[in-house]
Amino acid sequence: MSGNLATVSYIGATILFILSLGGLSNPETSRRGNLFGMIGMTIAVLATVFGPRVTAAGYPWIIGAMVVGGAVGLYAARVVKMTQMPELVALMHSLVGLAACLVGFASYIDTSAPLAGAEKTIHELEIYIGILIGAITFSGSLIAFGKLSAKIGGSPMLLPGRHWMNLAGLLLVIWFGGEFIRAHSISEGMTPLIVMTVIALLFGIHMVMAIGGADMPVVVSMLNSYSGWAAAATGFMLSNDLLIVVGALVGSSGAILSYIMCRAMNRNFISVIAGGFGTGGGTPAAKGDAAAPVGEVVPISATETAELLKDAKSVIIVPGYGMAVAQAQHTVYEITKHLREKGVNIRFGIHPVAGRMPGHMNVLLAEAKVPYDIVMEMDELNDDFPGTDVAMVIGANDIVNPAAQDDPTSPIAGMPVLEVWKAKTSIVMKRSMASGYAGVDNPLFYKENNRMLFGDAKKMLDEVLVALKS
Amino acid sequence: MALTIGVPRETLAGEKRVATVPEVVEKLIKLGFRVAVESGAGDAANCSDDTYRAAGAEVIEGAANLWAASDIVFKVGVPTTEEVGLMREGGALIGFVWPAQNPELMQQLAAKKATVLAIDSLPRTLSRAQKMDALTSQAGVAGYRAVIEAANAFGRFFNGQITAAGKVPPAKVFIAGAGVAGLAAIGTAAGLGAIVRANDTRAEVADQVVSLGGEFVKVDYEEEGSGGGGYAKVMSEGFQQAQREMYAKQAREVDIIITTALIPGKPAPRLITAEMVQSMRPGSVIVDMAAERGGNCELTEPGKAVVKHGVTIVGYTDLTSRLSKQSSTLYATNLFRLAEELCKTQSVKEDGTLDVNMEDEAIRGLTVIKNGEVTWPPPAPKPAAAPPAKPAAPVVQAKKGGHGAASEPMAGNKLAIMFGVAAALFWFVGANAPGAFLAHFTVFVLACFVGYMVVWNVTPALHTPLMSVTNAISSIIAIGALVQIAPPLAGGLPPDQWIRWLAVGGIALTAVNMFGGFAVTQRMLDMFRK
Repeated sequence: MSGNLATVSYIGATILFILSLGGLSNPETSRRGNLFGMIGMTIAVLATVFGPRVTAAGYPWIIGAMVVGGAVGLYAARVVKMTQMPELVALMHSLVGLAACLVGFASYIDTSAPLAGAEKTIHELEIYIGILIGAITFSGSLIAFGKLSAKIGGSPMLLPGRHWMNLAGLLLVIWFGGEFIRAHSISEGMTPLIVMTVIALLFGIHMVMAIGGADMPVVVSMLNSYSGWAAAATGFMLSNDLLIVVGALVGSSGAILSYIMCRAMNRNFISVIAGGFGTGGGTPAAKGDAAAPVGEVVPISATETAELLKDAKSVIIVPGYGMAVAQAQHTVYEITKHLREKGVNIRFGIHPVAGRMPGHMNVLLAEAKVPYDIVMEMDELNDDFPGTDVAMVIGANDIVNPAAQDDPTSPIAGMPVLEVWKAKTSIVMKRSMASGYAGVDNPLFYKENNRMLFGDAKKMLDEVLVALKS
Repeated sequence: MALTIGVPRETLAGEKRVATVPEVVEKLIKLGFRVAVESGAGDAANCSDDTYRAAGAEVIEGAANLWAASDIVFKVGVPTTEEVGLMREGGALIGFVWPAQNPELMQQLAAKKATVLAIDSLPRTLSRAQKMDALTSQAGVAGYRAVIEAANAFGRFFNGQITAAGKVPPAKVFIAGAGVAGLAAIGTAAGLGAIVRANDTRAEVADQVVSLGGEFVKVDYEEEGSGGGGYAKVMSEGFQQAQREMYAKQAREVDIIITTALIPGKPAPRLITAEMVQSMRPGSVIVDMAAERGGNCELTEPGKAVVKHGVTIVGYTDLTSRLSKQSSTLYATNLFRLAEELCKTQSVKEDGTLDVNMEDEAIRGLTVIKNGEVTWPPPAPKPAAAPPAKPAAPVVQAKKGGHGAASEPMAGNKLAIMFGVAAALFWFVGANAPGAFLAHFTVFVLACFVGYMVVWNVTPALHTPLMSVTNAISSIIAIGALVQIAPPLAGGLPPDQWIRWLAVGGIALTAVNMFGGFAVTQRMLDMFRK
C-alpha cells in the first residue's frame, strides 16, 4: 500500500470516528455509532500495518501483541459488571496513558529520522509533553481506579501546602525540560526525561488523591480528556495527522463532559481539580449553627411503602450511587414493571452527577431493561414533582438536598437538585442517617412529607416488591 | 405487665364513632399494650366485635366491666358524669375533653386521681404533633361530609354538563373559612366539578385555596387576621363591614354556601344574615359547620336541616359521625401515634405503669390532669425558636433547556479577552514554529472544534457509553507504536531492540483498550431499549 493510499484511508477513518461520536448523541443511532468506530479503527490499523512505515518483519510482533491485548480486553469487557463501569473506564484510561509514555520513549530512542534545528527542538518538546501527559494520565487513572473500586479510601487526601507542591513540581518539570532540549546525546537526555516522568507520575497520584468521591464523575471524564491529549501529543511527535485528529476529538469531548459535570454541581472546574469537597475553609463552622434542620425523621416500613406506591398515580424514582452499590436495579425494574402494568405513571429522574461517572445511572437502568424513554433528565422532570404522588429516592443524598436551594451557607448551595420534596410524599431509602459525600446534613429527611425507609436498598426493595405483589 | 387500653362504647346520642378500629388494635398490641373493647363499641362504625377479636382485642360485655378492666381509656366524645363514675381510681383517659368548656368535668376527673390527656389540647403548631392532631383529621372528614350533605340537598348537578337534553351550568360554591374543614370542602367540591370560591381572614391561606382548585375571594379591607397558633382572631368593625358586603354579594351569586368559621373560646361569628339568606336563589343550600357553636348563619337550627325562604339550611352537628368508619379510622390512628409517642418519651415505664413525661413539649400540652392534679392550662409554650435569620436565599435561576441548547452568549469583554489571548498564542506559534508543525497544528485546532460540536449534543443518558467509546478510540495511539515496531530500514541499521519492546508493549496495552472498549460499549448500548 502506498503512502497516499494510507493517507486517504486515514481520512476515511477520521470521518468514521467523527460519525461515531455523532451517532452516540442519541440512543437510536448509538449502536451504529459504535459500529462506525470499530470500522474506523480497523481501517486505521490495517492502513498502518500494510502502509509504507511498517515492514513484514514486524507482523509477527504485531499479531502477537494484538492477540494477547485483545484477548485480555474482550475478557474484561465480557465479565465486567455494569456497576463497575467507572472502574473499568478509569483502568483503560491508565493503559492509554502508559502506552503514550512507551511510544514517547521509543520515539526518543529512535534516531532513524535525523532532525536538526527548530524541528529537532519541536520534536523533542513534543516527546517531552507527550510523556508528561501520558504519565499523569497513567498514575491519575490508576488512583481513580483505586478510589472507584474502594481499594483506596474515597475521602480527599489533602497534604499541607499541596498547591505549592504542585507549583514546585511544575517548575521542576519546566527546568528539566530545558535540560532535556539542551542535551546533545540520547543518553544525556534520558536522565531529565526519566526524572520528569517520575515527577509527572507523582503529580498524577497527588492530583487525584486530593479529589473527593463526589467529584469522581468530573475526574473520570477529565482523565478521559487527558488520554485524548496524550494521543494528540503522540501524533505531533510522529507527524501523524490521524493521531492528532482523533486525540483532539477525544480530548475535547472529555473536556466538555467535565464541564457539563461541573456545571451540574454548580462548581468551578479549577476548584474541583484543586480538590477537597466539603472540607474547604469556613464551611464546617457555617454548617453547625444556621443549617441544623428542625423536625422529625419519620421511618416507614417496606409494607407501608408498597401501600403508598399502590395508591399512587404518578411515581418518580430518583436513583443514586446507593442503588449501584446494592445492585438493586433489577428489583427496581421489577417494581417498575409491576406498577406500569397497573397503569401508574412511573418515571426516573437522573441527576447529571448521580453515581460515580457521567451517565452511570442510565447504564444501570438500561442493564435492568428499564425503557430509556421513561428515564428523564433533571431539567425535564423537575417541574413535575408537585403533581407527583410518590417520589422514591434510592441511595441518593446530595442530589436531592433542599439546602442547595434554601441555605446559601451550605457547601452545596446553588447546585441544581431534584426537587423531590415537592411531591406529595417522598420516600428516602438509605442505610442510615449518615450524610452524603458532600458531608452535608440533608433537611429533606426532616420534612413533614418525607418518610425514611432504612436498610439495604436491595433487601428493602425486594420486600416492597413482595408486598406489592401480595 | 402490659397496660390495658380500654375502648368503651360511645354513649352520646348520635355519636357513631369509636376510639379505635381493628387495624389499629394490631398496631397497639405490637407496641406492647393489651386492648379491651366494649361489646358493640364499633357497631355504628362497621367494626363488629368479631373483627376486634380477630385483631387480638378482648371484647368485654358492659361498660362497667370495661372501665374496671382498663388502665387507659380511649374515648371520642367528652365523658359523661356516669362514665367518670365508672372510672377506676388513678386511671388514665385519652380523648376529647375541652377543659375550658367543661370545668366540672375537670374537677370530677381530678377527684378520681386520674391522668387525663386531652387530644384537643395538643400543641398543634409543633410539627411532631401533626400525626396526633385529631382536630385536623376530624375536621377534614367533616369538611368532606359537608359538601356531600350540600350535594344531597341541592337539586342540581355540581359539574356543568352539555347533554342532548340541554346545557347544565356548574354549581357555584362559596366556602367561608379555609381552615382544615374548609380546605377539605374546597377540594371535595372542586372534585365534584363545582366552581369553588373561598374566603378567610388569614391572607396566607390564599395559596392553599388555589392549590385545591378554589378561587380566593378577598375582602376589600386591609387587616391581617392571623391570631397566632394557626387560628383566626376577631376582626375590627371596619373589616367586618367590608366582609359583610362581600358575603352579601356572594350570597346573591352562588348556589351553595358552606361556613366553617370558628374562633377559639368564642361563639361562632355571625356571617350570614337572614337578609342574605333571603337574597339567595330558591333551591340553594347552606351548610353551617359551626352549628354546634351557635352557627355562622342567623337562621341555623343546630342538629337539623330546615328550609327557610326556599333555602335549605343544614345545621347538622354530627357530620363526622355521618362518616363514622372514616373518622374512626383516622381518630384511631391519631391515638395510636399518641400511644407511640408515650412509649418513645418513656411515659410508659417498663414495669407497665404510666407516668407521663412532662418534659416533652407535646405530651406536656396534652396532659390536662396528672394523677389528680390539674395541669391545665399549660405554661405558655416556649416561643418557637425563631428561625435563625438567614440571608434571603438567592433565587436559584433554573437553567432551562439543559446543556443541549445554546448557552447564553458570553459577555462582550470576556470574549474580547479570550480572542486577544488566542490571537497572541497563534502569533507566537506562527512566528516560531516550522511549516510542517503548522500543518499539524491546523488539523489539531480544527479537530478540537469538531469534537466540541459533535459531543455537545450528546444526551446525558449516553455519557457512559460515550466515554467508553472515546476511550476505545483513544487507543488509536496504537498507530504510534505500530510505526515504530519495524520501520523500513533507514541507513541500513537494524531497529533498536529497546524500541521494539517498547512498541510491542504499547500495542498490547492499546489492544486491550481497543477490543475491550468497543466490546463493552456494544454491550452497554445493546441494553438501551425503548
